[in-house]
Amino acid sequence: MQLDRDTLAESYRRMATIRAFEERVGADSLSGLIPGFVHLYAGEEASAVGICLELGANDWIGSTHRGHGHCIAKGSSVEGMMLEIYGREGGLCGGKGGSMHIADLSVGMLGANGIVGGGAPLAVGAALAAKTLKTGGVCVGFLGDGASNQGTTAEAMTMAVVLKVPVVFVIENNGYGEFTAVSYHSGGVDLAARAASFGMQATKVDGSDFFAVHEVAREVIGKARETGMPAVIEVAVNRWHGHFTGDPQAYRSAEELALVRTRDPLVLFKTRVIEAGLIPADLFDKIDGEVAERIEAAARAAIAAPVPHVSTVTTDVYVSY
Amino acid sequence: MAKKSMRTAINEAIRLEMRRDPTVILLGEDVAGGQGGSADVNDAFGGVLGVTKGLYTEFGPGRVIDTPITESAIMGTAAGAAVSGLRPIAELMFVDFIGVCFDQIFNQAAKFRYMFGGKAQTPMVMRAMTGAGLRAAAQHSQSLHGLFTMVPGLKVVVPSGAYDAKGLLIEAIRDNDPVIFLEHKAMYDLEEEVPDEAYTIPFGEANVLREGKDVTIVALARMVRFSMEAAANLAKIGIEATVIDPRTTSPLDTDTILESVAETGRLVVVDEANPRCSFATDVAALVADQGFKSLKAPIRLVTAPHSPVPFAPNLEDAYIPNAAKIEAAVLSIVSAGGRNAA
Repeated sequence: MQLDRDTLAESYRRMATIRAFEERVGADSLSGLIPGFVHLYAGEEASAVGICLELGANDWIGSTHRGHGHCIAKGSSVEGMMLEIYGREGGLCGGKGGSMHIADLSVGMLGANGIVGGGAPLAVGAALAAKTLKTGGVCVGFLGDGASNQGTTAEAMTMAVVLKVPVVFVIENNGYGEFTAVSYHSGGVDLAARAASFGMQATKVDGSDFFAVHEVAREVIGKARETGMPAVIEVAVNRWHGHFTGDPQAYRSAEELALVRTRDPLVLFKTRVIEAGLIPADLFDKIDGEVAERIEAAARAAIAAPVPHVSTVTTDVYVSY
Repeated sequence: MAKKSMRTAINEAIRLEMRRDPTVILLGEDVAGGQGGSADVNDAFGGVLGVTKGLYTEFGPGRVIDTPITESAIMGTAAGAAVSGLRPIAELMFVDFIGVCFDQIFNQAAKFRYMFGGKAQTPMVMRAMTGAGLRAAAQHSQSLHGLFTMVPGLKVVVPSGAYDAKGLLIEAIRDNDPVIFLEHKAMYDLEEEVPDEAYTIPFGEANVLREGKDVTIVALARMVRFSMEAAANLAKIGIEATVIDPRTTSPLDTDTILESVAETGRLVVVDEANPRCSFATDVAALVADQGFKSLKAPIRLVTAPHSPVPFAPNLEDAYIPNAAKIEAAVLSIVSAGGRNAA
């Protein structure tokens, strides 16, 4: 399906925002400005943006420890995210979640998840709520190749098929569960085929290619919305950075590390759209400049922001207690 | 007022709340039972001990949902549905099965509100059977309320009878936080007077079943009954006990316990759970910390031993605290007339 110019520009802006966000957060994590563990999504942008382009305000997503890209793609404020990741007052979660638990329920983002495989059952729940409340919504449960081995994922897929709920499990296969390659950690099994064996349609797609991802998302999410049935998409993505910032990636060859950057989803997008004459090169430059400015401002604001008041350490444990 | 079993009282609580609020759903293994079987009966069981019988017939498969045996997915589905608009009641069947799904409760449901900066609410209830006495042995008989009580973000309810079970369960379903509701399986058939209509009992308010000047006995669930039996026997020899049922271990009504110990000067905590890092030690620590000056005698704990629940009936009977053990504990710190035991 041909996307209009505005949608193309906005899709590129989101991918570029994720890239710039992650590069900035990665640098500030390494330099010690950002506390805790940070897992970067750079290289995988076309997956989050291509999938979320098919989602609306009624729809939910569940996410993973590598969740910044999902947040941005679903529409979270990058300023709020930046404050959160730096551990500052006014962050999306008041500085209590951080990178690994960043969430924005106001845009249907059920939360990053520090537990690998923890999110798949939650996604089934959001889909069950959509079905029961007849909202017309669907839920996309993002998970990684590592999480696809977890029992929670197998249970969630079983449950989704039995309950007949509109959840789309998106397996972002970036080739590594932490520091272990998928060829080892999944025993060489085809992840989409394994997921399909639970009784769902499973489709594979190249995650470097925004247009391929979006086309699959349009078909699969559209069908889930229409039939109320679950499905699976396996997106082959490239993880540009290590498992977390600071991971020296001794387990990946220099050749592989160079190769993954040759399939940059942003460059592929730009090249194709410029060649097709849909958006001129200078508009991309303009978007890149605006994104860089926005991310710089958001990071500076976060660094300058006050830390959460210490009295909040015990607030919001319960609604009432 | 009609006498009803705890089983009926719990069924009524769920039924009334499902009638009142269309966002309340029930899910779990065989909460109806029989789906897909050759007899074509879709409400065959109503849970393994029949607690939810008939709810499927009234509310249908969209709201009384039989699940596969996938406890992580049951709890996670409930948690995900709770943050996105439903009020699920998720049945774990035996609380011992928490071992295969605890992540979805203690890392997910319990933490959403805090991790998300107060922007999430997770109004779900996890129901499960607790306790020994049915010769069900080590993997179907545990008392794990302490495990949940340790987790900030969870509320933990441990009713001691039919009346409390109904009021506390309705409160749990209407509550906006995740609630662990533990039903002692040896008490399902015990009857009490229970009103037909809906009523609530607030969390964190202990029930003082009996007041006496010599000793405070704090007990939960089935242990409340044994404590009342012990108190009646002790009264015959001139020892007057106060019996307190906190009803919820999280939140815990610390004031009622401390005020009572301030009057009696003596404390016995009775808990069917294993003794280490437990409800019993928690209450003992509370009183030692904040009520030390009131104490006239050592605190006594009457608990299960530090062992799994055994199978053989004589062994299980030896394992579970009973009235005789409670009386012995009291008599070790107080003599007739209210003097310290020698």
